[in-house]
Amino acid sequence: MATVEQDLATAGSNGSGPKKYKVIGTRPIRHDGVDKVTGRAQYGADIRLTGMLAGVVLRSPHAHAKILSIDVSKALALPGVRAVVTNADLSDPGDRMCELGEGAVNLRHLNHNIFAKDKALYRGHAIAAVAADNIHIAEQATKLIDVKYELLAPVVDVVAAMQPGAPLLHADVYTDDLGEKSAQPSNVARHFRFEQGDIAKGFAQAACIIEREFHTATVHQGYIEPQNATAFWSADGQITVWTSTQGSFSVRQQVAELVGAPISRVKVIPTEIGGGFGGKIRVYLEPVAAALSKKTGRPVQVLMSRADVFEGTGPTPGSFIKVKLGVDAHGMIVAGEASLAYEAGAYPGSPVGPGAMCIFSCYNVPNGRVDGYDVCVNKPQTSAYRAPGATNAAFAMETVVDEVCQQLDLDPLEFRRRNAAKEGVRRVDGPVYPKVGLVETIEACQRSEHWNTPLEGPNRGRGVASGFWFNCGLRSSCSATVNPDGTVALVEGSTDIGGSRTGIAMQLAETLGIAATDVVPTVGDTDSVGYTDVTGGSRVTFATGWAAYLAALDIQQQLCARAADEWDVPAEAVTYAEGGVNGPEGRRFSFAEIAAKVNAHGDPVVGRGSADPQHCGGAFATHIVDVEVDPELGKVKVLRYTAAQDVGTAIHPAYVEGQIQGGVVQGIGWGLNEEYFYDVKGVMRNSTFLDYRIPTCLDLPMIDALIVEVPNPGHPYGVRGVGEVPIVPPPAALANAIAQAIGIRMTQLPMSPPRIVHEILKKNV
Amino acid sequence: MHEFEYVAPRSLADAVAVLSRLNGQAKPLAGGTDLIDQMRMGRYQPGTVVDLKKIPELVRLELSSAGLRLGAAVPCRVINEHPAIASDYSALKDSTHIIGGIQIQNRASVGGNLCNSGPAADSSPSLIALGAVCVVTGPKGTRDVPVEQFCTGPGKNVLQPGELLVELKFPSPAANSGSAYERFIPRYEMDIAVVGVGASVTLDAAGETIISARIGLGAVGPTPIDATSAAALLVGKSATRETLELAAEAARGLATPIDDMRGTVEFRKHATGVLVRRVLETAIQRAKGLA
Repeated sequence: MATVEQDLATAGSNGSGPKKYKVIGTRPIRHDGVDKVTGRAQYGADIRLTGMLAGVVLRSPHAHAKILSIDVSKALALPGVRAVVTNADLSDPGDRMCELGEGAVNLRHLNHNIFAKDKALYRGHAIAAVAADNIHIAEQATKLIDVKYELLAPVVDVVAAMQPGAPLLHADVYTDDLGEKSAQPSNVARHFRFEQGDIAKGFAQAACIIEREFHTATVHQGYIEPQNATAFWSADGQITVWTSTQGSFSVRQQVAELVGAPISRVKVIPTEIGGGFGGKIRVYLEPVAAALSKKTGRPVQVLMSRADVFEGTGPTPGSFIKVKLGVDAHGMIVAGEASLAYEAGAYPGSPVGPGAMCIFSCYNVPNGRVDGYDVCVNKPQTSAYRAPGATNAAFAMETVVDEVCQQLDLDPLEFRRRNAAKEGVRRVDGPVYPKVGLVETIEACQRSEHWNTPLEGPNRGRGVASGFWFNCGLRSSCSATVNPDGTVALVEGSTDIGGSRTGIAMQLAETLGIAATDVVPTVGDTDSVGYTDVTGGSRVTFATGWAAYLAALDIQQQLCARAADEWDVPAEAVTYAEGGVNGPEGRRFSFAEIAAKVNAHGDPVVGRGSADPQHCGGAFATHIVDVEVDPELGKVKVLRYTAAQDVGTAIHPAYVEGQIQGGVVQGIGWGLNEEYFYDVKGVMRNSTFLDYRIPTCLDLPMIDALIVEVPNPGHPYGVRGVGEVPIVPPPAALANAIAQAIGIRMTQLPMSPPRIVHEILKKNV
Repeated sequence: MHEFEYVAPRSLADAVAVLSRLNGQAKPLAGGTDLIDQMRMGRYQPGTVVDLKKIPELVRLELSSAGLRLGAAVPCRVINEHPAIASDYSALKDSTHIIGGIQIQNRASVGGNLCNSGPAADSSPSLIALGAVCVVTGPKGTRDVPVEQFCTGPGKNVLQPGELLVELKFPSPAANSGSAYERFIPRYEMDIAVVGVGASVTLDAAGETIISARIGLGAVGPTPIDATSAAALLVGKSATRETLELAAEAARGLATPIDDMRGTVEFRKHATGVLVRRVLETAIQRAKGLA
């Protein structure tokens, strides 16, 4: 990408003083805003097709059971029922891995997760599905499917699942134990280790060593829109899928594999999406709808209820984490040791890898060792959730750091600043940091009005915590057509969750020197835009924005050539600047003028951009929270919250703030009340938003976002991903604030009133 | 959802007739905020739903020197907007004010809340505290049931086939009396009680000594609990924190909660005591005209 490198240099956006952008850094109204606030935007459940049938999935009532037989004859005999499908109607893709953009999936496991094959591995595991004339008939028909189960003992706790003699989920999963295959099948699918330095030597230099154990509960992303899929398998073998997804190309790939069709036969049309947070990458309903459509010859729509979402889609793992940290007499970290065991759910593949990479990521830990364990349990297969794996790890590490500061009487922000990861520091798992902005977020907190305002009153406490997330680049495409009225129609491939189509359009507009409102962005389907990876990994504004920047450069080049023809001057005599083409002797056309000319005659001007940028730049955040704890009832009130984050460059500051606020809110929910609550039979007892408690607006103060801009040298406009890291610090920051408020260190999430009261009563005995 | 018939009788006699005729195959409907959801979840599959909101006696709210008569289908919103209920039956309004949001309050009724017989119903402890009496009518005539005897288990009550709850009767408040309801929820709104406590207190003319008190507990047993024995400890005593702690401790002993996703036995017993003390404090303040 030689031209890009040159343009990087000429764009001059790489941290050399304040930038003067025309569009970037402003707050235009989002292009999809009116449709969304007026309810006109079309979501997956709004799709209506002629002759459409309703599909309903039958799910296992048991957490762990052998499936002895499935008899669908009575269901098929019910008037109005058109088809029933089971695992036998899927294509067996074999024991292969498939890269989904943000993490890989084993296709056989994916197949068995769509419909259980021989065993139901969790309550809610799909067994069969019915298509009928309406949803009421389909629901009734699922009750007529006769499934014979042989019940097995379930195991839903990560520590219990690791014990010898624990109920075994898979006879064919052996532990990959530091590269060696275990002798016996095990729930522990993988044990890996990162190491640097000499931890024995490091701990020997320590003046203070703190070692603690932590438990965190399984939590769900809690997106408001449940999963849905509508599919039509036409007589000529063309499969069209409408769905709510973070990645239409990822859905195309998975559906093709699972129904045994070539990729070119599957077209995925992404609808508007009501949240994903990592949970809408793996497919659940799309192959089911496609298989039912194949059997019936009619379009089929399948929708999840909220209970289906909780019980049948991937939450993020519960975990058991041990951390030991050594700090010398000067307050510098000398050694760290950690062990993380994460629940994978029904099939291997928890985010323990990133969790283990993140646990010491905010610090310079010269001597470190981290062990990770990926453990199968009888719960839904876990999925990504905003910085997957990092929040669990930060809760453990940042709590231990706080305790060290307490013991050594050190200021927690100053301790973090002095030990912070910065350019040149090597992470325990290997990579050496480029220019990153952790120190700047800590200093922003130190300067903040919040930190400098004393917190007064009984049972109140202030906590801080930092967090890290890698972000990622991956592949993105877009095309941009110049319209005669001086606007640009932009088609991009990233489904828009947080206002990204506007952030992408703004980068195109900036590059062309036109207004953001003069770019009309559309999210394309898989047949109308180039390959684009998932909306995940905080990558869209970074990578798809880069593709839009390239498309704009392509347009610039074409317009310069056309102006050179018009003026009859050599092409190299024309440059693009100040929102127009400029030639010798002061000749100039504004973008609108040249747009009108090129559309009057000659080739239409269509820019294209495709990118696979590598230097995404990690994101760091440091948060401050004030709480008040009811000392009798253990209820935590969040009084004030400030989140400082290095965002590189804030393309659209309002949406950056929105990402930060949203991540913090989810982190607060995770910290205080959210958890999958299981009974002894391994059945989730709280699969509703009544008893699975996400915060409401009444539970929260305004979240103040402190935007820190340390431009990413690896992006033309200095963008870093912003969407994930804000969820990482909150549980730890809350735990540290609670410790200061009532003198109790919580080592288990959620820090719900019964748990806090339990600790208070224990202390008072 | 399954198919069902809908009927809306216009008189008590018609309602009793239809409920008797269908003999257990029908479900009465007031606001429907519990029933419709339970039908959607498949917990009940009645062949007929009998809408009671067209029956004058069930939607009547009457306040007189004899006390308050509250039709079983009167929506919470009507109670919330009635100034005399807020002052004379404060615990009732404390309850109806926090049942759902405004849209739910426009539909949900206290009678329905009671007939649903959930242990965690927000209005039940207040009804106990205020000494409400249920007027039940059926094929064999009309009878009065003290509210603390109405619920018999989770989702179960004394109504016999063909019977329905017509109204709730509340005595006039005594001089120098006050009442309150408070629940514990992990969030600040939109939640279900982990523990709920209603209390009423009558003071002597000097506002010093407790003449009588009633306490109702919710969500800490299979039915709402009448904590009469705990309240009795207050009678004749001055309203000090030590006195209130006595009642709180006794109420803890009456609670028989379970461990579930909303709370532990340990937490619920502990919180019962804390809330009893706090609710009594509020009721006493109100009895003194201070809150």
